[in-house]
Amino acid sequence: MNPRVVAEPLVAIENLTVRLPEGGDRLKAVDGIDLDIAPGRILCVVGESGSGKSMTAHAIMGLVPKPLVSSGTIRFDGENLIGLAAEKHRAIRGRRIGMIFQEPMAALNPVMRVGRQIEEVFRFHGVPGPYDERVVKLLDAMGLPEPELLRQAFPFSLSGGQRQRVMIAMALALDPELLIADEPTTALDVTTQKQILALLKRAQAERGMGIVLITHDFGVVAEIGDEVAVMQHGRIVERGTVAEVLGNPSHDYTRTLLAAVPKLAKRPAVDKTGGEPLLSAKGVTKTYSSRTGLFGPRRTVEAVRDAGFSLARGQTLGIVGESGSGKSTLARIIVRLLTADAGDVRLAGVERNLLDLGSRDLAPLRRRVQMVFQDPFASLNPRRTVFEIVAQGLLAHGMSRADARRRVAELLELVALDPASALRYPNAFSGGQRQRIGIARALALEPDVIVADEPVSALDVSIQARVLDLLADLQRRLSLGMLFITHDLRVAAQVCDHVAVMQRGRIVEMGPSADVLFRPTQDYTKLLIDSIPGRGAFAAPEAGPTAN
Amino acid sequence: MEFLKRFAENRGAVVGAIALALIVVMAITAPLIVPIDPMSTRGRPLLPPGGEFAFGTDMLGRDVLAGIVHGARISLMIGLISTVIAAAIGVSVGAIAGFFGGWIDDLLVRITEFFQTIPSFIFAILLVAIMTPGLASIVTAIAVVTWPPIARLARSEFMGLRRREFVEAAVLSGVSRFRIIVSEVLPNAVSPLIVMGSLMIATAILTESALSFLGLGDPNRISWGYMIGAARTVFRQAWWLSVFPGLAIAVTVLAINLVGEGLNDALNPHLKGRVRIQT
Repeated sequence: MNPRVVAEPLVAIENLTVRLPEGGDRLKAVDGIDLDIAPGRILCVVGESGSGKSMTAHAIMGLVPKPLVSSGTIRFDGENLIGLAAEKHRAIRGRRIGMIFQEPMAALNPVMRVGRQIEEVFRFHGVPGPYDERVVKLLDAMGLPEPELLRQAFPFSLSGGQRQRVMIAMALALDPELLIADEPTTALDVTTQKQILALLKRAQAERGMGIVLITHDFGVVAEIGDEVAVMQHGRIVERGTVAEVLGNPSHDYTRTLLAAVPKLAKRPAVDKTGGEPLLSAKGVTKTYSSRTGLFGPRRTVEAVRDAGFSLARGQTLGIVGESGSGKSTLARIIVRLLTADAGDVRLAGVERNLLDLGSRDLAPLRRRVQMVFQDPFASLNPRRTVFEIVAQGLLAHGMSRADARRRVAELLELVALDPASALRYPNAFSGGQRQRIGIARALALEPDVIVADEPVSALDVSIQARVLDLLADLQRRLSLGMLFITHDLRVAAQVCDHVAVMQRGRIVEMGPSADVLFRPTQDYTKLLIDSIPGRGAFAAPEAGPTAN
Repeated sequence: MEFLKRFAENRGAVVGAIALALIVVMAITAPLIVPIDPMSTRGRPLLPPGGEFAFGTDMLGRDVLAGIVHGARISLMIGLISTVIAAAIGVSVGAIAGFFGGWIDDLLVRITEFFQTIPSFIFAILLVAIMTPGLASIVTAIAVVTWPPIARLARSEFMGLRRREFVEAAVLSGVSRFRIIVSEVLPNAVSPLIVMGSLMIATAILTESALSFLGLGDPNRISWGYMIGAARTVFRQAWWLSVFPGLAIAVTVLAINLVGEGLNDALNPHLKGRVRIQT
């Protein structure tokens, strides 16, 4: 496995072209790429959404509809995988080339025990049984606890990380020479991501197999990759070792992408500690309880426990945590989309506890706290024009249509969109533009506080950076208080003055972001920071020596 | 335009639409095409098709062709009106149950289930018998027995949509709940409802025919079901009395079903399950 030896490539892709189905945004998903995959190396294919990286991986697996592959060859062990007979391809798939996917819940059969699903791999490839011992050994090698018991579990009772481990076990069951991993950690929390990447790396080293890892995250590349290929619009624009490409990118697009990767860097501290807080919360608690059937036992989950914070005008408070930490629940309680069990939320200028107000008293206050949502596709009504979406609050508060039209034009200009787009429907816009529309809607009622729930996590990095800049700029100009919910500490470091770290419903650490992110006192915060992918490669120079 | 193109891709739907259009035109212009009273005696009884009367005459010497042309009005009208009423009830109940959830949902679902547990045709017969046969009672009976499936569909659509972020955004903007239901959620739920409604028109026409066949129709108005019902005693001697109205019902129901399927394809293109790949 000496990387210096130029070995015969495991897979040689030559002039591969895959067309998109009619009505796509361009003609070719993959446009004449050449790519060699060396044995025993980890090749990362990086690109933004729509760059053709997944299509390339699917083409190797023979998962692309035949009529779409228009030209090129994929050589694997002397055979051209394109145009290979279906049963020959099946014999290679799973046995010699394994694949894992982004969403393990969707890739596993929900009504079959995971042990049996792994057995299927052996059975389909004619490996004689019994399989029990091999399955247990595999699960054990994946670092899963109590493999004997876990084998009998159904996918829904496993965590996301455990499911992905089961997927990897299936892919590695027959010791393939090549593993294709399509965004294997994108759906996982950072701490789990770190473990899965380590597992992949270890499995690769033990077996000497090649890995093609499809990802959008340069952090992951830096963490695990040996070589990297950068894709844009279906073409490979840059190719080289990870050290070369990350250290000295030669193509403009690579440079743009690298520059857009959020870095865990200190931002100039804002010391506006004085003055009355704009929004403050104390002892917010929310318990979910569900009952299975009329007489079943009641299950309770404490989503938020005794959370409190205070936010000053013109400041941003980041609430960071992994999925299920209760950060989104807290955000929805603050804007009163959810009802808390207990707690005290105060807004400057309002005498009463916001959580105690009935809907009648709340109505005039709603406009002061607005929200920017995570999913730019789900948060805009596809059946309404941009004007109707942005103006809905204005019209509901009794503004005339003519005035609303003027105001919407202003707002669109504020978020750097063409005012003429008011007449179009959301489907005419890209993800980043949609998020701008969502921001315009939130600003329409001139709120004092914006609650942004993962506003950039559904966007590509280059667009992420622009939307973050826009938010920061608007906040400064309009002197808003912002509650910024995110799972990404790097993003939090960029935009937040203060940070609160949540774990299992509790705020475990809170303070100025320079302290929390660079001198953390809690183990959990340290773990989160330590799990940021590619931290070494992207440590910003001004960050100085990182804590501990 | 996009919608029409997708609709036209389904050949069956186009055929159905043309057939349905012809039937509707026939119904509207009935007094012009056959300007006679279909209930009046025109010639000798039980004349076979051909000759003076293209579709023959019945046992009272009434023109069968006139009956079919004029009967189209009643069948289509009852189908349409009862479906509109059923849809109005069903969508309102389903929308309220799905949007508000909680005990309101529980209550409305129980009521819906109550109506669903009664065999619908028996229930319709019972209602018509109680209310005395007539146009209004038939329409009411059909509407009362057909709204529950619409309510269930509307409920599930609304339940899925009310948690969407754009609904939350509307709540935060201070939009009233009524407006959210009507102008935010309903437009997104409307396409499956339209498809279901179009198919229900066909069911309503069948139900009306069955009721009339049993003699529970409006005795003063000719309808296809009534014609078949009246002819059942002479079925072996005069086949044309049952076959022509029967064909009329079959063609109309088939046409409506084809159109419904076409609407489904055009309104929910992602459900169509076939990606067209240019080769």
